[in-house]
Amino acid sequence: MRRVITVTVINQSGVLNRVTGLLMKRQFNIESITVGHTEQPGMSKMTFLVNVDDERKIEQIVKQLQKQIDVIKVDDITEKSVVMRELALIKVISPPHMRSEMNSVVEPFRATIIDTGKNVVTYQVTGNPEKIEAFIDLIKPYGIKELTRTGATAFVREKQKQEKEHLSILK
Amino acid sequence: MNTGGRTVNVLKEKSKHEEQTRQLNDGSAVLIQALKDQGVETVFGYPGGAVLPIYDALYKNPITHILARHEQGAIHAAEGYARVSGKPGVVIATSGPGATNLVTGITDAMMDSLPLVIFTGQVAQGVIGTDAFQEADIIGITQPITKHNYQVTDINDLPRIIKEAFHIASTGRRGPVLVDIPKNIATDLFEPTEENAADTAIDLPGYQPTTQPNFLQIQKAVHSLKEAKKPLILGGAGILHAQAMDEFKTFVEKHRVPVVNTLLGLGGIHGEHELFFGMAGMHGTCSANTAISECDLLINIGARFDDRLTGNLQRFAQNAKIVHIDIDPAEIGKNVPTEIPIVADAKEALKELIKHQEESPDTEEWVAYLKQLAYDYPLWYKEDEKELLPQQAVQHIHRITKGDAIVTTDVGQHQMWAAQYYQLNNPDHWVTSGGLGTMGFGFPAAIGAQLARPDARVISIVGDAGFQMTAQELSLLQEFRIPVKVVILNNGSLGMVRQWQQTFYEERYSESLVPVQPDFVKLAEAYDLKAYRIDSNDEAEEIFREALLSDEPVLIDCRVKQLENVYPMVAPGKGLDEMIGVKA
Repeated sequence: MRRVITVTVINQSGVLNRVTGLLMKRQFNIESITVGHTEQPGMSKMTFLVNVDDERKIEQIVKQLQKQIDVIKVDDITEKSVVMRELALIKVISPPHMRSEMNSVVEPFRATIIDTGKNVVTYQVTGNPEKIEAFIDLIKPYGIKELTRTGATAFVREKQKQEKEHLSILK
Repeated sequence: MNTGGRTVNVLKEKSKHEEQTRQLNDGSAVLIQALKDQGVETVFGYPGGAVLPIYDALYKNPITHILARHEQGAIHAAEGYARVSGKPGVVIATSGPGATNLVTGITDAMMDSLPLVIFTGQVAQGVIGTDAFQEADIIGITQPITKHNYQVTDINDLPRIIKEAFHIASTGRRGPVLVDIPKNIATDLFEPTEENAADTAIDLPGYQPTTQPNFLQIQKAVHSLKEAKKPLILGGAGILHAQAMDEFKTFVEKHRVPVVNTLLGLGGIHGEHELFFGMAGMHGTCSANTAISECDLLINIGARFDDRLTGNLQRFAQNAKIVHIDIDPAEIGKNVPTEIPIVADAKEALKELIKHQEESPDTEEWVAYLKQLAYDYPLWYKEDEKELLPQQAVQHIHRITKGDAIVTTDVGQHQMWAAQYYQLNNPDHWVTSGGLGTMGFGFPAAIGAQLARPDARVISIVGDAGFQMTAQELSLLQEFRIPVKVVILNNGSLGMVRQWQQTFYEERYSESLVPVQPDFVKLAEAYDLKAYRIDSNDEAEEIFREALLSDEPVLIDCRVKQLENVYPMVAPGKGLDEMIGVKA
């Protein structure tokens, strides 16, 4: 199962190495990783997507990460309601006579054209990783020349889903 | 030209003065002074290019420095020192090979939670990353094997980093911390300001170890104990690290709960205590392993359920409810599902446990059962008419030293025999390489232990193979007349490897029988040390008595039976209830 883990760290040299080294030591395969500054000076936040099936293994990695001196906070936010975004740049073969067709295809994804050439066009698309996957699948038949993804970044929503009974007039 | 001459002289004087202040306040001087401020009395090390400034500062502001003959010897000695004294062992080594020679010792300390603070030299910052002479990325190398590591990149950070290093190494779950000091930092001028002062408070938001137990969990544990019919305590090294021996004894006796130890936990309770049933695990006693298999409540205090202790996890303590007290939350639930987790320092947890006035469980029947088991199935060996058995050798040592000596070992057969047959009277008298299982650990560790406890009798029980991995440290015994007693249980083989080959590889002794050996007696004599050789059980008592009771360093080459095996044994993949080699 894919898990989303966020790690708040003190922004020091080697800290990324420390965190990924721990994941490597315990044979985790990192699907994606993003790092950047936070609202607090000197603090960075990492977002990992990892594939793990064993509950105990994920508990262990969270605890091991927590033990690191430079790590302030670790959250497994998989079960929470989160906002998650990733950005992808995709260069697609696009002869002039195809362009309008392609534009109508990508429109529902709100992808934007950020560069064009004689026979190619570069789209920028943002969204959660599933949306990016769907976009790539859709655009693939046209011929992808180059593709790059940032990896997902995420945090939990202000309001969490609450397990409440829905009121219904039908009941 | 007189005036000119005077100017030159004044300038000379001035620069001499500047030179002096510079040296007084460079990074190296700050380091040595900081070590003194931390109360460091002994450092173990080896000089080299990148640490020349540090050794120069040490020359001017001396701390006892033990010049090992190999960096690995230095760090194992520091580990022995740390294990016996409870204080961090301090190591200094140069960049590159000096630093990489420490790697085994650092990993060993990490596995066995020993507090070490290690200072390595590094090439100057200007050339880091250029594959300079004796450059190694020791920060990258030691990242997974240290509790934390630092490279000093600004002289102003130095006092803070040293302080944090000692704090991290010696609090929470102890461990090794490495500080890498580029050569230019060691010579940079340090100008004290308010920000970089050594007395600023430690601020580590990411490091707040929990030491106080959760009240509700303690309540649950006490309640479970009251309900239990067959409770058992597994005592680990956490009890020793927390100095919780008194509380432990009180708790055990208050509720009359039987106790078994892990290898590293030995000494947490008196070796001949009536409620103590010995070491559990792969070579544990029959009663200890049976107790684990049959108990209905297992209270683990400061042990980490290592695989050599648990055997097959599916068969481990199947009927028991598990209570696990550990200072490291990551250890709880790692290997064994735990009903009652208690994250705390062992001493604090035991204090709270004792406080509760719940009534004790009735354990008399259970204790009597275990005592009967211990009586019926004791540790045993078949005496040999001609040859001295290694078990007998350890028993002689125990008898002569009355169980009061500090014992250090490597890893392997001799380690298991020492653990089985040397019942320790005292805590912190057992120094062994448990988690990493490092050959060559025991002898230098004994040197460190003796330096920490000059008054104690320190005996290093080692195998002939392991001893040769760090035998060069005999120089230290010669130089400082450190009265360590080296007992080589010499079976001319890599005993444990050979035992496994005998048991699991149809006696194909691949590279485990050593064809050639030095004359260990002559070797010791070359270092101006008194040495003995024991060939039979008949002469053993007398020679041991003379050698072990001497005030001098001695080496004893005990020729023991080659094909002797350690029993009982739990084969890999088997459960603790599937021991082989129990006395019939």
